[in-house]
Amino acid sequence: MCTDCGCGDPDVVPLEVQGRILSDNDERAQHNREHFAAAGVLAVNLMGSPGAGKTAILEATARHQRGLRLAALAGDLATERDAARLEAAGIPARAITTGSACHLDAKMVHHALHALPIAGLDVLFIENVGNLVCPAVYDLGQAANVVALSVTEGEDKPLKYPTMFLKADLVLLTKTDLLPHLDFDLAAVEDALARAMPEPRMIAVSARTGAGVDAWLAWLAERRARLTSAAAPSDGRLHHGHGHVHGPGHDHGHAHARPHDPDHDRHR
Amino acid sequence: MHEYSIVSALVDQVAVAARAHPTGTVKRVHVAIGELAGVELELLATAFETFRDHTVCAQADLVIEPRPACWRCPRCQVELARGAVLRCGACQVPARLVTGDEIILQRVELDLGDDDQGGT
Ligand SMILES: Nc1nc2c(ncn2[C@@H]2O[C@H](COP(=O)(O)OP(=O)(O)OP(=O)(O)O)[C@@H](O)[C@H]2O)c(=O)[nH]1
Ligand SMILES: [Zn+2]
Ligand SMILES: [Zn+2]
Ligand SMILES: [Zn+2]
Ligand SMILES: [Zn+2]
Repeated sequence: MCTDCGCGDPDVVPLEVQGRILSDNDERAQHNREHFAAAGVLAVNLMGSPGAGKTAILEATARHQRGLRLAALAGDLATERDAARLEAAGIPARAITTGSACHLDAKMVHHALHALPIAGLDVLFIENVGNLVCPAVYDLGQAANVVALSVTEGEDKPLKYPTMFLKADLVLLTKTDLLPHLDFDLAAVEDALARAMPEPRMIAVSARTGAGVDAWLAWLAERRARLTSAAAPSDGRLHHGHGHVHGPGHDHGHAHARPHDPDHDRHR
Repeated sequence: MHEYSIVSALVDQVAVAARAHPTGTVKRVHVAIGELAGVELELLATAFETFRDHTVCAQADLVIEPRPACWRCPRCQVELARGAVLRCGACQVPARLVTGDEIILQRVELDLGDDDQGGT
């Protein structure tokens, strides 16, 4: 008997679920997180509008970095251009072509990890599909979310796209070399961020001039250091919660279409 | 348009829940969607209508409960005004989102029809 919706239909049974609709992605993301932790790599999900300067800032990062070992996965609807640009800049990179999907999900990232060795890296960048909404909805297993916001986009973006900024650990204000040509109000974007992010943090950068890149590298190094201070498995191997172990070189010898066997996928 | 991928995950979860009553028909699916979840409610409804054919939800209506965002101070629990700076003025600590980013399947309503009336 249905007593919930008031229809009073005696044949209707309500089944309570109360579960996250994206729990499947959450579990895969947790699996990726275990890979990143075992490799000791800081995984950074880099998001932002199309053309915000995501690839350019990674190219600049490669030019300026001192001693950080980097690699990248680049999400793109159809092409492998970003991955090719990153490779040319000296960052080992793989493309994740999403087809019609407007965001990366944890499964796509796990699949790409088969093609990109992450052991021994310091930072793995995951350049998400250019889009200010959808990427923020899917956990990939990253340790940090970074949003690139270019000075040509307008100061009110954080208020218009609160979901993305709410999840951001850092905003990179990009293309600041263009500021002399624009009416961009820095105080206004800082105010908007304070209303969208509980702990607003912004670094102004220019991939063109390299301004701010040192501060960005310092932020990365600091986040990287937080990882190593958290306890790592002493033998460097990954202990999955579900009865198998990947070697430190991300050796995926076993069939691995799903991160967990269906039988025990509720183990968390 | 990740609303389609959300609907796809939703239909899978409904199918799992409905397994408890193999002869039943799914009549209603209740979801709760936070204001800050990054989901367009109209797109979600459209995606559900397009996607439900030939699935366990073919006869089902989608009922969406929108959840407004609520930010509170984690220390003194005061609720922040909409649009305010996300920091408690009194305690000087960052606010915490209490509700408003959820994407939840709440409940599935199954019609057991005549077949199950006697109950075996
Ligand atoms: N002046 C200036 N232009 C920049 C800067 N960074 C990027 N651009 C330009 O902005 C455009 C987009 O840069 P990309 O790095 O491709 O942006 P993206 O966010 O990776 O773009 P998608 O991956 O397609 O979403 C290019 O024409 C760049 O040359 C910068 O610091 N200064
Ligand atoms: Zn790019
Ligand atoms: Zn794996
Ligand atoms: Zn989308
Ligand atoms: Zn307070």
